[in-house]
Amino acid sequence: MPLWIVVFVKSAILLFVVITAFAYAMLAERKILGWMQLRPGPNRVGPWGMLQPAADAAKLILKEDLMPRTADPLLYRLAPFISLLTAFSVYAIIPFGTSSAGVWAIGNVNAGALLLLAIMSIGIYGISLGGWASGSKYPLLGAVRSTAQMISYELAMGLSFVGVLLLAGTTSLDGIVSAQQRLWFFIPEAVAFVVYVITAIAETNRAPFDLVEAETELVAGFHTEYSGLRFGLFFIAEYVNMLTISCIASLLFLGGWDAPFGWTWLPGIAWFLLKVGAFMFFYMWLRATLPRIRYDRLMAFGWKVLLPVATLNVIVTAVVIALRS
Amino acid sequence: MSALFWIPAVVVVASALWTVAASKPVYSVVALLSNFAALAVLFLSLSAEFLAMIQLIVYSGAILVLFLFVIALLSSGIAPIALGPDRLPRIVGPASFFVAIALGVVLAAVLASHAPPLPHAAALALAGPAGAPDVFGSVADFGKALFTTYLLPFEITALILMVAVIGVIVLTGNETPYVATRRHAEQTRREVREAIAREGDS
Repeated sequence: MPLWIVVFVKSAILLFVVITAFAYAMLAERKILGWMQLRPGPNRVGPWGMLQPAADAAKLILKEDLMPRTADPLLYRLAPFISLLTAFSVYAIIPFGTSSAGVWAIGNVNAGALLLLAIMSIGIYGISLGGWASGSKYPLLGAVRSTAQMISYELAMGLSFVGVLLLAGTTSLDGIVSAQQRLWFFIPEAVAFVVYVITAIAETNRAPFDLVEAETELVAGFHTEYSGLRFGLFFIAEYVNMLTISCIASLLFLGGWDAPFGWTWLPGIAWFLLKVGAFMFFYMWLRATLPRIRYDRLMAFGWKVLLPVATLNVIVTAVVIALRS
Repeated sequence: MSALFWIPAVVVVASALWTVAASKPVYSVVALLSNFAALAVLFLSLSAEFLAMIQLIVYSGAILVLFLFVIALLSSGIAPIALGPDRLPRIVGPASFFVAIALGVVLAAVLASHAPPLPHAAALALAGPAGAPDVFGSVADFGKALFTTYLLPFEITALILMVAVIGVIVLTGNETPYVATRRHAEQTRREVREAIAREGDS
């Protein structure tokens, strides 16, 4: 079979899987938030509300597509697509498992971990341009906040990757997972793991770092003016980014598809999905638990705590590796 | 291979032109973004994968975002720059023409004197995807070159960047709001003290 057919079929399957995962991650979040706040959550459409995502999609598609008169038409329309495109394109290089035939991924890139960082760092343009192009003050404030926040936290996030890359001795995601067969990296790289988790939540603009769309201050932040399907695209991008962050946590720190305690009665892909699911639950748990952090504290925390800690971790890791070899 | 070169090459040139010609600064940022992305593809086709990634992470992900940040803050609201375009001094046109010609001559001279044989791309084409794993341009290869052969230039660059950062702090850091408030308070206190002293005299 020619390569492009394989890639095409894999991409189509993956697109379907990721969109379905998005739909049910959203439903799961509403259910979990509901249970944590002692209410049932969505339960009207279908059994246990299982068809709620379909109903939401129909509603968003049928809604009127509004654009403020002050908006910049080209960028206003372009921005949601940038968000969505970067959110999905990450999945081209994320491996989901391994078998004798090779790695379960569309593309197995040598510099995989770096490419992940590169694509994720471009995702910010969707939010930033969307907020600017709306031509309205709250979206602009949301966009400016998000730009500052993401730049600040991206640095610490990149540094938290470095420790793992040093230990694994490779930048290929496949290689990083196989380097964790003996010991998952969240134990030797505990500091990097904590830094990663914090920065990852800030990168995806989720509570308690969701200042970008702080309802009490900014209406809905950068997507205040968006409606209908365009808003839907931003929404999809946010959840797909959460899934991506969970996949990366699983690959870099939690051993990927490696089974814990030698429990290989579940296939590797199931372990991978379990780890991703656990991380997603953690996200929702945080949102139900923690209040939003104040903006100046967020910036001070990023620059004065996370960045030095991550840098120190890189230095210590490098020294230990140099002494051992 | 040729499509892999020509498509990004056309995008690079077209988006570079758009960057200069765009009417709104934000459009320039978007054009520059596509320029960087296409440039990264070109780097990849030269199998400089680390350079491609760094191009995306540093230039698209950090520097250009800062441009956008500043532009969004300065030109908030959608109105393009209200003032008409300033007429450039008349010398700029011919001058830039001569600079372009000079650059072209230098480039042609370099290409003619030792035309880069592109050993790597040719080898890659021969070896095909099944060929030996290739290290040229990989992260390890790049790092080794940076920390052995090119250590001194690398360190000097780091030093220059450090000087630039200190320079920024010196130029702007004195007038942080905190310092300004402190100085203002200090001045007020002194004035009050002087006023009290004067009142005491009379």
